[in-house]
Amino acid sequence: MNADTPTPYIEIRDVTMAYGSNVIQRDLNFTIHQGDIFVIMGGSGCGKSTLLKHMLGLIPPGSGDILYEGTSFFQSSAAEQGAMRQGWGITYQSGGLFSAMTLAENITLPLELYTSYTPAEITDIVAYKLALVGLAGYQSYYPSEISGGMQKRAALARAIALDPKILFFDEPSAGLDPISSRLLDELIVQIKESMGATVVMVTHELPSIFAIATNSVYLDNITRTMIAYGNPADLRDHSPQPVVRQFLTRSAAASIEDQP
Amino acid sequence: MLALSGNWTQGQHPARFNSVEPELARRHLAQLTTDGAALGDWDSMLMGFLLQCHDYCRAQKIVFATRNMPHGIEQLLAVATAVAARPADAQQTKSWLAFLSPGTLVRDLWGDLQESLAFTGEVTVALARLVRGKANTRFTDFRNFCYQAGPEAFAIISLTSVLVGMILAYLGAVQLKQFGAEIFVANLVVIGTLREMGVLMTAVVMAGRTGAAYAAQLGTMQTNEEIDAITTMGISPVEFLVLPRMLALIIIMPLLTIYANLLGIVGGGIVAGGMGISPIQYFQQGESALDFSHVAVGLIKAVVFATLIAVAGCRAGINSGRSSAAVGQAATNAVVTAIVYLIVADAAINILFQQLGI
Repeated sequence: MNADTPTPYIEIRDVTMAYGSNVIQRDLNFTIHQGDIFVIMGGSGCGKSTLLKHMLGLIPPGSGDILYEGTSFFQSSAAEQGAMRQGWGITYQSGGLFSAMTLAENITLPLELYTSYTPAEITDIVAYKLALVGLAGYQSYYPSEISGGMQKRAALARAIALDPKILFFDEPSAGLDPISSRLLDELIVQIKESMGATVVMVTHELPSIFAIATNSVYLDNITRTMIAYGNPADLRDHSPQPVVRQFLTRSAAASIEDQP
Repeated sequence: MLALSGNWTQGQHPARFNSVEPELARRHLAQLTTDGAALGDWDSMLMGFLLQCHDYCRAQKIVFATRNMPHGIEQLLAVATAVAARPADAQQTKSWLAFLSPGTLVRDLWGDLQESLAFTGEVTVALARLVRGKANTRFTDFRNFCYQAGPEAFAIISLTSVLVGMILAYLGAVQLKQFGAEIFVANLVVIGTLREMGVLMTAVVMAGRTGAAYAAQLGTMQTNEEIDAITTMGISPVEFLVLPRMLALIIIMPLLTIYANLLGIVGGGIVAGGMGISPIQYFQQGESALDFSHVAVGLIKAVVFATLIAVAGCRAGINSGRSSAAVGQAATNAVVTAIVYLIVADAAINILFQQLGI
């Protein structure tokens, strides 16, 4: 870790994830600092998305706690949780756009709920957010009428509707072609820089990881805990864990089973 | 050494590993080499065999080697054995007859009931917030829901109500004829339809049409992570999604019931006409049996049933799993629980009104 450690912004403390008696990950302890682009990585099925669901407060973890600026999410009252969530923007793996609403209505909803803008102002803001993600003019389209890549971007537009302090992405570039995926990465960085947000991202797209991540954690499938924490480029070159180096260099695991 | 020969392709039926295994076990080998010098054509069948040899050797701590194999085979084997097989779990396989066990039955029913009660609690809280003007309820789709539940159901409700009215009339006519009291068929049909059959048949149809639709809509939203998105926006999914659907059904059901009652009485009249009772006689007799309390009982039931159908449907949808099979399960669950609730509630209401003398 850096010597000039900033204050922990998000703290994962002793989290164990389990479905019933089946433990997926245990003893997760790490912090995410303000301004980070933090990547949660690991092989398929290691529990990345589940960890994100815990962080979003959708499923309480088997044990342990998740703290935002020192306040536990799960021990807060519903009103406090609501207040915390107002500062978050989230895109889901499958988009999570409301299929019964147009793109404009999707973005309007959080604005109507949490701001005091007039309807005319909201219309302008919606147009601006859609333009940010390259979807200007698509206000009246339904999510099912646009392509998968456009849905991802529309979801991003909704996520940034309230200028959030923390942006969560669940596999943002999964299923996108390399160019769209890169454009999305650049978009995330630009939006993050201009809004000063912290980004937490679940992904296993190596180009994205190296292009934008500043810090990361690696969840291991076999030992069922985190085995690496740090800047992905450092981990690739210097991690004592061969699995992590293999993951980050995309080398065929000669014999994964030989790992301790 | 195990020499493999001939063609290992579809339709050739070469040796299976099971038949070789006893022989291998008998010899207590330290090393097993498979030789492919005499191999002809091969496909995945050969790979399946070799993988079994490999796994057997590993389990028995025998050194496994291949010799003279085509290049492709060694590569495929390396890929297939790169990740160790997951140790077999004691998978719980459900017996076909498991559903008969009283324990499972009670547990399932109890679980459903608990879930429903918790859900009803959430709905009540949401309703209270709505009344106080604090709820985030989306009424944009409300008209749509009303339209889907009402006008779109006219055709099927018309059919079922007329037929049920006719069935009631037949049933009564045959019995009443023995006493020469056919004219009282009108009383039977009017009272039976208003208090019971009109609303019950409407409710059953709505459970199948609208309850299942609600479950499927909300289940799909669960699969699509829309419900997660609503929750993390700080909106209660019950306020946002369930209330408008439930209120639509509560408004529409009594209206549909009135419509069904009218058609049921007309259906009874058709049968009565066939038995020599003129329409005028029928309606005069029917009017004498008509009492406001009968209409009111039917309408009260309509509101109760609408609530139950909406609760059953929305609960199944919101608690649905995240796969296509789970959404189907949710729709089934919605209809089955709705019908059980309807019948239990109907019996309870009848007993209550009997005691109250209404």
